[in-house]
Amino acid sequence: MVEKRAFISGNEAVAAGVCLARPHVIAAYPITPQTTVIERLAEMVEDESLRAEYLHVESEHSALSACIGASAVGARTFTATSSQGLLYMAECLHYASGGRFPVVMMNANRSVALPWNIYGDQRDSLSLLDCGWIQAYAEDAQESLDMILHAYAIAEHPDVLTPMMINLDGFVITHTYELVTIPAQSDADLFLAPFQTSNKMDFDSPMSLGFTAGPAYNQAFKQLQHLAMLSASRVIREVEEKFGQLFKRNYSGLLETLYCDDAEYIIVTLGSVAGTLRPVIERLRALGERVGLVRIRYMRPFPLEEIRKALAGAKAVGVLEKDISFGFEGTVYTNVNSALMSANLMRPRLRNFIGGLGGKNISAQDVEMMFSRLKSSDEGERVEFI
Amino acid sequence: MIEIRWHGRGGQGAFTAARLLGVAVTLFENRYALAFPSFGPERRGAPVLGFTRIDNQKIADRSIISECDVAVVLDDTLLDASLFAGLRAGGLFLLNSARSELPISPPDHVRTVLVDATSLALRYLGRPITNTAMLGVLAASSDLVGIQSLIAAVRVEMKGVLAEKNILLLEAAYSASGGGAS
Repeated sequence: MVEKRAFISGNEAVAAGVCLARPHVIAAYPITPQTTVIERLAEMVEDESLRAEYLHVESEHSALSACIGASAVGARTFTATSSQGLLYMAECLHYASGGRFPVVMMNANRSVALPWNIYGDQRDSLSLLDCGWIQAYAEDAQESLDMILHAYAIAEHPDVLTPMMINLDGFVITHTYELVTIPAQSDADLFLAPFQTSNKMDFDSPMSLGFTAGPAYNQAFKQLQHLAMLSASRVIREVEEKFGQLFKRNYSGLLETLYCDDAEYIIVTLGSVAGTLRPVIERLRALGERVGLVRIRYMRPFPLEEIRKALAGAKAVGVLEKDISFGFEGTVYTNVNSALMSANLMRPRLRNFIGGLGGKNISAQDVEMMFSRLKSSDEGERVEFI
Repeated sequence: MIEIRWHGRGGQGAFTAARLLGVAVTLFENRYALAFPSFGPERRGAPVLGFTRIDNQKIADRSIISECDVAVVLDDTLLDASLFAGLRAGGLFLLNSARSELPISPPDHVRTVLVDATSLALRYLGRPITNTAMLGVLAASSDLVGIQSLIAAVRVEMKGVLAEKNILLLEAAYSASGGGAS
């Protein structure tokens, strides 16, 4: 078996990645723009290219509940959703993370109603940042596929045992076709061992699962969850290193930086819009402007040290996000600001750019405007809609 | 970077054409491409858009295409001056039409090619689906993609008799619009 080059969509790349991970159980409910992921997986199960139990459930709440149940007997599981579907899972998201069930989910980032809208923004997943899931954001279809393989290795690691959500910008990644390298199954098997856990229903080694913990013990469980999430930072680096050795595609952990070593003006963002920034930054660099990019790949665990290091020399930083916490600021901005405030260093001027809500286009001209705002010493609005 | 905009009606395969072009240049010409539809709900018969971006290096920018180098129109009934919008200087406008000349004037800087792709499609497919025919017209009217790459792309995306019929149509449209021997 050899790797294969294909011209496929982000959703098809995710389905290919899931197939390579050999899940035992897939449970999902269709929602735009996630639908083609679970259609492809259903086809693979139907034609037996993927040997898995495929559950057509009646809701997203049931989809994640089924994955939790399957994970509790030691099965590798997958589900996918988007927007209102993710919100409908909210109760179960905490059950999965609290129960330490390493379910892997793909979320197609999409606006939440009202006004009703099927286009991409990140308010769905960012509003659920505190549900105890590892949250990753892909920039393109190849990274989406690779992140699915990474996700099982990370989530199922004994030091982590935490579910993981991989976010793809709705339509812009999910429905855009591009060149993707699909690893050979034999290489995927070398990378990803079968799921082994002691955290399961087992006749030979019975234990309590899904139990109650009162005031005397409850907090201890929550502390363990927090420590496990912190451990994920190290495990993510280890997993990506192993992946790079096998597949010659290298990833940079919790965040990626471009020209941050000497950049005076940096935009921090996440997801596919980073791609719109790249050519603008190259153009401005060619004109001698010291601009840079931080692309956050993981919102949880948060890249605390990495953010501090990347932004240490900047004069001004803009955080660009497809999200708003009404009455305050964008959630990514809150997190970046907190990381800088708690560090003992010169704090750059910080601005928050909110864009792309409900699929609104963010153009190269918008990016140039944001950099010119950063260069202006005028304080301006802290939170600016572009 | 070259940007191509496809105009059709839902069900006519405008996005399939955008995707086939992407398959041709990435898998058979070692270049990079992004292909995407006009995002959102789809309705049969309603005007739709497809887009292909082509470059010699990996394409990062996924923002909407507001200007393009080529506009390809699969359906004559869509014709109006708005189809020229955003066409760059030196741009190419390919229209499937039985007319001998355009009833509206294109901008001075645009080169126009008219081909009766519907008649060709009816002959080779028995259906008025012109997306592969217009790919042949594109290959003949520009140096964007080779006809052999398009034939190979059809074989990747379609199976059996459907693939073979579309390849005959592709070659016929290529010859009819001045393409040389493949």
